[in-house]
Amino acid sequence: MTKSDLIDRLASKVGNFSRKDIEVIVDTVFGSMADSLSKGEKVEIRGFGSFKVKFREGRNGRNPKSGESIFIEPKKVPFFKAGKELKERVDSE
Amino acid sequence: MTKADIVEITYDKAGLSKKDVAEVVDLLFETIKGALEQSEKVKVSGFGNFTVREKRARRGRNPQTGEEITICERKVLTFKASQILKKQINTTS
Repeated sequence: MTKSDLIDRLASKVGNFSRKDIEVIVDTVFGSMADSLSKGEKVEIRGFGSFKVKFREGRNGRNPKSGESIFIEPKKVPFFKAGKELKERVDSE
Repeated sequence: MTKADIVEITYDKAGLSKKDVAEVVDLLFETIKGALEQSEKVKVSGFGNFTVREKRARRGRNPQTGEEITICERKVLTFKASQILKKQINTTS
């Protein structure tokens, strides 16, 4: 399911909104989550899961092709942890 | 950030009734959960992909007691952040 499939499915379930309205909502939901994460905040959606950003220290690595030693800059990495309900639903049957 | 904050931001931006926006946001997460429950991959461009992976049964150990146990085969949900999200997280601080 892509984002546009998701918008179509939502549009077929909700009567009083245009597809365009749904599109704005879906884009804003994910946009606001991304903004919040980039401020270093945690995003928690009950029954779905939580997103947070972890900090990775810089380290010395190697270019696997040339064997050349390089420094890998410190960076922030987003993580997702599925909530209990979603975990159970994914694993059910 | 919680779902209530997401609804607040989205309703501000979309110019629709808060009650309606809250309903669509709930439905949005429910639709994603429904797809994942069917082991369908969910791709949100600009944000990331949710994939259900099947894990085979394996032998494990209870780290507390040292007792050997069999970990059953199961399905787990993984999230892979998009390049755009990773970049955004590392540019704003």
